[in-house]
Amino acid sequence: MVVQALAFYLFATVAVLSATAVVTVRNPVHSVLLLILTFFNAAGLFVLLGAEFLAMLLVVVYVGAVAVLFLFVVMMLDINFVEMRQGFLNYLPIGVLIAVVLFVELALVGAGWTLTDGAVAVLAQPTPEGVTNVEALGRLIYTDYAYIFQAAGLVLLVAMIGAIVLTLRHREGVRRQKISEQVKRNRADTLEIKKVPVGRGI
Amino acid sequence: MEIGLAHYLTVAAILFTLGIFGIFMNRKNVIIIMMSIELMLLAVNINLVAFSSFLGDLVGQVFTIFVLTVAAAEAAIGLAILVVYFRNRGTIAVEDINMMKG
Repeated sequence: MVVQALAFYLFATVAVLSATAVVTVRNPVHSVLLLILTFFNAAGLFVLLGAEFLAMLLVVVYVGAVAVLFLFVVMMLDINFVEMRQGFLNYLPIGVLIAVVLFVELALVGAGWTLTDGAVAVLAQPTPEGVTNVEALGRLIYTDYAYIFQAAGLVLLVAMIGAIVLTLRHREGVRRQKISEQVKRNRADTLEIKKVPVGRGI
Repeated sequence: MEIGLAHYLTVAAILFTLGIFGIFMNRKNVIIIMMSIELMLLAVNINLVAFSSFLGDLVGQVFTIFVLTVAAAEAAIGLAILVVYFRNRGTIAVEDINMMKG
């Protein structure tokens, strides 16, 4: 129990500190790296909650894909980030004010809610006993939630096609291989046989 | 020392607040704003998983998977739009994004 509590406080503290640093550091590259740290610690919290599959998913999807995507964009775009920092201090009072108000509201909601008596009896999918988290989730996703799972795949497909369509550009003056034309070529297009008269040449 | 649901909800609330704070602080930098959005989605996911774990209902975790999917798609599309915008305008300052006069 003590180990669990220590682990929770470690993960939670590092997650909150690195999340604070994400929005305040000067260099966006550091920001992305700190975001990765935040996600790792959130994955640790998920493991503590018994959601191993989601923890691994968080590491794979966020650290492996999304954070690298951010890193690519930050490094690829040639932006003067010092200029972007201007006005940071101007926004500080309003930002702090809104953050405090929001946090107090969230704390009020968090302190005030209670569970209805019958809530535990009407769980949609009670966690099964004796199976791992991955197996339990797999049983749900591929049976009751199969259509939604397919829809999620469709969302990813649309996002992929959309991202490609948005960023693809054909530059003028670049010679590219046109395979269809190469395949279409036949002998008559390219080869001409001339009869050379003897002694006169062409 | 018992770690309960309230502890996780507190962490999630702090992360969500930090996300909002980040949006307000980095008004000029779209990339940081998108990272703040990711932080807020992470906070929501922590909430869902915490409730799912403490109430013993797996639907919360199923829903988290879909939130994760949508977040990944959103990041991909958003960054693609950002790249196209930068290619056309040479800047990513949020204040300059007024072509549609919204």
